Formats: sequence, structure tokens, C-alpha cells
Amino acid sequence: MQTPAPVEYAKATSIADAISRLEALGEDSRPVAGGYSLIPMMKLRLARPETVVDLNGIAELRGIRVEGNELVVGAMTTHADVLSSAILFEHYPIFREAEHVIADPIVRMRGTIGGSMCQADPASDLSAVGSALRGNAVITGSSGSRTVPLREFHDGPYETVVQTGEILTELRYPIRPGAGSAYEKVERRAGDWGVCTSGVFVVVSGGVITDCGIGMAAVNADHYCAPEAEALLMGKAPTEENLAAAAAAAANEANPIADQRGPADYKRHLASELTLRALRRAVAASQGA
Amino acid sequence: MQVSVNINGVEHSRDIEPRTLLVHFIRDDLQMRGTHWGCDTSNCGACTVWVDGAPVKSCTMLAVQAEGAEVTTVEGLVKDGALDPIQEGFTECHGLQCGYCTPGMMMTGRWLVDQNPNITREEIREGISGNICRCTGYKNILDAIEYARDHANSEVSA
Ligand SMILES: Cc1cc2nc3c(=O)[nH]c(=O)nc-3n(C[C@H](O)[C@H](O)[C@H](O)COP(=O)(O)OP(=O)(O)OC[C@H]3O[C@@H](n4cnc5c(N)ncnc54)[C@H](O)[C@@H]3O)c2cc1C
Ligand code: FES
Ligand code: FES
Repeated sequence: MQTPAPVEYAKATSIADAISRLEALGEDSRPVAGGYSLIPMMKLRLARPETVVDLNGIAELRGIRVEGNELVVGAMTTHADVLSSAILFEHYPIFREAEHVIADPIVRMRGTIGGSMCQADPASDLSAVGSALRGNAVITGSSGSRTVPLREFHDGPYETVVQTGEILTELRYPIRPGAGSAYEKVERRAGDWGVCTSGVFVVVSGGVITDCGIGMAAVNADHYCAPEAEALLMGKAPTEENLAAAAAAAANEANPIADQRGPADYKRHLASELTLRALRRAVAASQGA
Repeated sequence: MQVSVNINGVEHSRDIEPRTLLVHFIRDDLQMRGTHWGCDTSNCGACTVWVDGAPVKSCTMLAVQAEGAEVTTVEGLVKDGALDPIQEGFTECHGLQCGYCTPGMMMTGRWLVDQNPNITREEIREGISGNICRCTGYKNILDAIEYARDHANSEVSA
């Protein structure tokens, strides 16, 4: 039987309340969102917070809205809410495609986008999506909020720039008219973490690619993205040859390691193949838009 | 820490350690053994209960987080001595063998049918992807949930 080590529990009532509790409690406290990563880690004693501060009662952290030319998603928005969001789907089908293959419907009812980002698991699907879209994280502490590009959000596996006494409050993604997007994932069985995943957006205008983003999970790409591959595509016609060259470049930006999900060269092959498939579909969607 | 949870319509108050998982609160503190406890790793779904109407893997939630919530376990499906359509479905369609996964399957199955009264077999298949059965091969479980869909709906329209 796995049981967490003794822990204190506090339920936060507002963002300010959560922050003041976390700040007062210091390093030994952790916020809990859906709990689907933190509680298993506490059960395995990989995490031993002295206090967990529950964010589930904070309504202002949950919801999806358009603000100016950005999509804003509250950190406590559940996977299920992201999956079914018409607004996110309208601008970026990549959200629905990724959510559809994250965990299972029960985990998705309580697991959150903010928890996924902060857990920063190397295989986190929403981290790949966020980096592909070049989104931003809004991090709030007692002295106010700061905005950090998602491509600077991670400090390595399972580490982020969110400091003790701060919480992630929002994710913001720029809206790009005419963008097509797609997500591809290979997993061992339904609901499992990816062996490799790739998510992209592309804007095709006047016959050339004018904007794009490539994100990958589970293959240890720096900040889950492939900037060199993106640079190859900018200003180019979206031909099969150009897409394939970018996909191959993306695979070179991956640093997969062999584990129970497969050998490194297989994962690298997947990085190329899945990026190519995602690019093809995103290009077609952008051209159809 | 004092916690009060409404389970199947009955208020239960206990003084528990905050680290107590909801599944153990239900099974050990309250001695309600209908909810099963399997993998202990958030994968198998045997421990699925509803918290305020939404399914939760109760091995991955602290009991104190359910303070003030309405929890429904498999024991709460029976209404006035009558089996719920999902329970009838598992009986009629032989939806279980060892029965280990069954409480979780029923809680997820009934929730799926409530969410979408016209749910297709394919959608049910995906809907139970967080519930693992090592015995049946799933065919009869799908039949049982389809039975519930068909009978729960006729109940409503009747
Ligand atoms: C069976 C199973 C399969 C899964 N499969 C996948 C998968 O295929 N792909 C995938 O991407 N994920 C998968 N997950 C993980 C799932 O997406 C989790 O929900 C997610 O990783 C964590 O989100 P959470 O809300 O549960 O966070 P929690 O577990 O509550 O928290 C995770 C971490 O983030 C911190 N945290 C949470 N919210 C905040 C905040 N607002 N500010 C600061 N810190 C915060 C916590 O302190 C903790 O350290 C799976 C999980 C399970 C149980
Ligand atoms: S015991 Fe909870 S998911 Fe298996
Ligand atoms: S009936 Fe035995 S696990 Fe499903």
C-alpha cells in the first residue's frame, strides 16, 4: 500500500490566499491542482511536502477566454474543459487533438493544464503544445505577476521557473489568423504517456510559410521545441521536400534516451515522422482556411 | 483533521490524518468495501467514485479534499432497493468475471451514459479507457453499458 508521508492540508480560497500561504510556508509546501501527478509522487515519497495548498476552490483560476489577440486559459482549467472548448478548437485544433490522447477521461476531469505545465514531465503533451504555439505563462507572487515565454518556462525535467511563494495563474497563446495546427503522438497503449509526440502550427500565406512553431514531447528537446527546424520553413513553399527537411531537422533537435518505451533511434525516427505528419496536416488546414 | 463528507446521501464525519486517501477513507474508516482498490497508481480505475457528480480515481485524491462534497460510491447506485440500469446491465450481459474492476466500470459507465444518452459503442470504448479489466476482454462490459444507455434513457422518456 502506498500512502503519502504525513502532510498538512490547507484549502486556498483565492489566488492571494494561496500565495500568502505558500509564501509563509516556504519550500516545504506545494500547491495541489488535479493531484494526478503530485499525489502519485507523494505516495512514492518522491515528493514529501509538509503542507499541500489546494487550489481547487479558486474559481478565478478556471476558464477559457479571448482577450485582445490572445487565448487565455486559467491554470486550474481541466483537461476535459480544454478538450471540449469550442474557442480553443476554433483557433487551434491542436488542443483538442492533444487532449484527446492525454491520459483517460477520468484523469482529464480533474487534471489541469497548470498542473501539467508545472509538473514539466518530459512527456507532457501540453508542454509541447505550449512551446509549439509560443505561448506565455503568467506567474503570480506576492509582489505581482510576471509573464514568461513558455520556451523559457522550464529549468530541465520536472523543474520550472515558478518559485516558492508563486503560482502559475494563466497560460496565454497568441491568436494567428489563418493558422493550421495538428498534434501527433505514438503511445504504447491508450492513455499512456507518449513514446514521442509532435505538435505544430503553420501559417501559409501567398504560397509560402510565414509563421510556424514545432513542439515535441518525450524526446528531450530543449524547452519541448525545434527552433532550427522552424527556421528552415520560414519563407519557404510548403512542399513535401521542405516539410521533410524540417522534420529531419526537428529529429536532430531531439535528444531521446532509451527506456521501457523504446530505443533512442526509434524515438528519433518518430520525431521526424510525426513532425512530418503534423506539418502536412497543419499546412493543409492553413491552406483551406 | 476533522472531515465531513456526504457519501450516498449520508453525512460522515471523522477525525483523520490529512494524508488519508479517499479510497482508504471509504474502505477502511467507513468500512464501505464496494469501492475497490487495485493498482494504487491511478491507472486501473477500480477505485472510481463520483465527487460532486464527476468520476475520480479515489486512490489519487486526499479524503480531506472531499470535505463538503457529495460522493457517490457503487453502493449509492441502488435506489429504493432497485438496481440501477448499469447494475442490471452488468447482470443481464454477464459484464463481469472476477468482479474486481466492476465497481469502477459501473461508476464510469453510468457517468458516460448520463453525459451522453446517445453514446456510441466506440465512444464507450474510449470512455472506459481509464478502467482496466483483466478478465472479460471488455466485450460484455461494452454490452452492459449499452444496456444501461438504452434502459436509463427509456426510464427518462417514460
Ligand atoms: C494514468 C495517467 C496517465 C497520464 N497520461 C498523461 C499523458 O499521456 N500525457 C500528459 O501530458 N499527461 C498525462 N498524465 C498527467 C496528467 O496530465 C496530470 O493531470 C498532470 O501531469 C498534472 O496535472 P494536475 O492538475 O493533476 O497537477 P498536480 O498533480 O496537482 O500538480 C503537479 C505539479 O504541479 C504543481 N502545480 C500544480 N498547479 C500549479 C500552479 N497553478 N502553480 C504552481 N504549481 C502548480 C504541483 O505543486 C505539482 O508539483 C497522466 C496522468 C495519469 C494519472
Ligand atoms: S486503485 Fe486507483 S486507479 Fe487503480
Ligand atoms: S472482471 Fe475481473 S478484472 Fe474485470
